[in-house]
Amino acid sequence: MERSMLSILAHHKSKSTVEKAAAIILKGCAIVSIIAVLSITAYMFISGTPALFKVGLTDILFGQVWAPTATHPEYGILYIILTSILGVFLAIGIAVPIGLLTAINLSEIASKRVRKVVKSAIELLAGIPSVVYGLLGILIINPLMYQLELFIFKDSLTHQFTGGSNLISAILVLAIMILPTLINISETALKTVPDDYRKSSLALGASQIQTIFKVVLPAAKNGIMSAIVLGVGRAIGEAMAILLVAGNSVNIPLPFHSVRFLTTAIVTEMSYASGLHREVLFTIGLILFIFIICINLVLTYILTRGDQHE
Amino acid sequence: MKKLGTLLLACVLSLSLVGCGNSETNQGESTKANVSGKVVLEGSTSMEKLMNALKEAIREDYPELSLEPQFTGSGSGIKAVASGKVDIGNSSRALTDEEKAQGIEENVVALDGIAMITEKSNTVKNLTKQQLADIYTGKIKNWKEVGGADQKIVVVGREAASGTRGAFEEILDIKDKCQYANELNETGAVVAKVQETKGAIGYVSLDIVEDSKDKVNTLQLDGITASESTILDGSYQLQRPFVMATKGKIEEQSEQVQAVFNFINSEKGQAVIKQVKLIIPQK
Repeated sequence: MERSMLSILAHHKSKSTVEKAAAIILKGCAIVSIIAVLSITAYMFISGTPALFKVGLTDILFGQVWAPTATHPEYGILYIILTSILGVFLAIGIAVPIGLLTAINLSEIASKRVRKVVKSAIELLAGIPSVVYGLLGILIINPLMYQLELFIFKDSLTHQFTGGSNLISAILVLAIMILPTLINISETALKTVPDDYRKSSLALGASQIQTIFKVVLPAAKNGIMSAIVLGVGRAIGEAMAILLVAGNSVNIPLPFHSVRFLTTAIVTEMSYASGLHREVLFTIGLILFIFIICINLVLTYILTRGDQHE
Repeated sequence: MKKLGTLLLACVLSLSLVGCGNSETNQGESTKANVSGKVVLEGSTSMEKLMNALKEAIREDYPELSLEPQFTGSGSGIKAVASGKVDIGNSSRALTDEEKAQGIEENVVALDGIAMITEKSNTVKNLTKQQLADIYTGKIKNWKEVGGADQKIVVVGREAASGTRGAFEEILDIKDKCQYANELNETGAVVAKVQETKGAIGYVSLDIVEDSKDKVNTLQLDGITASESTILDGSYQLQRPFVMATKGKIEEQSEQVQAVFNFINSEKGQAVIKQVKLIIPQK
């Protein structure tokens, strides 16, 4: 049986063939992903740049009017970019404290049983499709926001009512969506902190909370930073959930305004867009792509800096 | 080789039809299959869905005939057909008298209707065209201004490139002046949002109204209910024709163009029009 099989235990000749073949297959697989990245990058730049020249870089990036189908079309995406940046950072602002404290609880304080329950809940949270978050946003967050909106702007004559589809709803949904990423990665980071640190700190007379915040957290700083950066990456690329809750009108990103993100700008109009309008949507894709690249560069920087420290 | 195949197919067809004794159908089949070539169309972006559906379906009857639609806008479509650049000019509005004077024939192939929907508890049942335009341009912000309860209006619409939005803004003459609080990219999403939100108003294509009458109210416009019959007799205003304009009468057109219109008027063609949620005009 063994002899007939192609195995590393066989003769020298067939063994070296297997070795070579395996090496080629492994290299091939590695090349596939490189080709994918390169072709996506090339494609984004090829299809995204023509509109930049046709419309003008400043007109696109700093224009405030988005009217792609008007008789005199305008393709300003300043508000869209601002919405994406502001929305993502506020979502991170909400999610980081919650996520970090949860991670600390899981890795330092919680008993085994609590840990098991919380951990499986978080895994479930990570597995929920984003469109379901959007639906929950429509059913729960939007009506609440609408009540709040009616209350705050009761006497306003100028406010445009959105029915709860506004920036806050989008931020809340995003914050919940990036929680699992934040918790999982920061927990792993906290876990990799050597136990000696904790023991030494406790032995020196520090309390457990002092140990966590003065010793363990600083030691896991890099891991936590990369968790945050990955969270930003996930939030900025999210489209489906916020498409359902953000209202999708292009407005200045204020809390109770209906807003449009970079991702939703592409999703909403792609199906019917044609000509220059379509090209501008590709340009938005390119801008999003550049954002993601920057985030990844920051991440790589953080991780390599971490290596140098150790 | 292809011709031989067609011939063979025709033979088989005629053989199979011998039993029926219907020689007329038989002849029709063979002439249909014989029309080959291409028809170039240009015009309305709103008619993209209809054109693409036709393009697909026409292959069943005329396998050799290909439609080549371009979507540039109603005005340029009519200009193109007037100059003879294309065979058919698509327009999602009625032709002007000037255009007709150039010898352009207005062939209405379908009608597109839009219904206005509101949240179930809304007491306003009727709006005038002007009130509707004012609501969408942001001049009217509260339902009490149009005879309803003291309830803020939430304006729901479709994304910029949507055909329904284009039609709605064009008919009310408020193109690019609308202030939307929600721009959704699906009819279903508009219905859902209006259903969920007190004080919301939205527009949807007419075909959806029947299915969603338990969820939302349908508004009357100038006292006329939106329905297929009020659209056909022209009394309901939120409608527009889909015109496939030709230079001169259809009978004067090339064999290929005639084949296109024959297909549209056939049972299959009418089914295509219904399938893309349009109303078949009365002949």
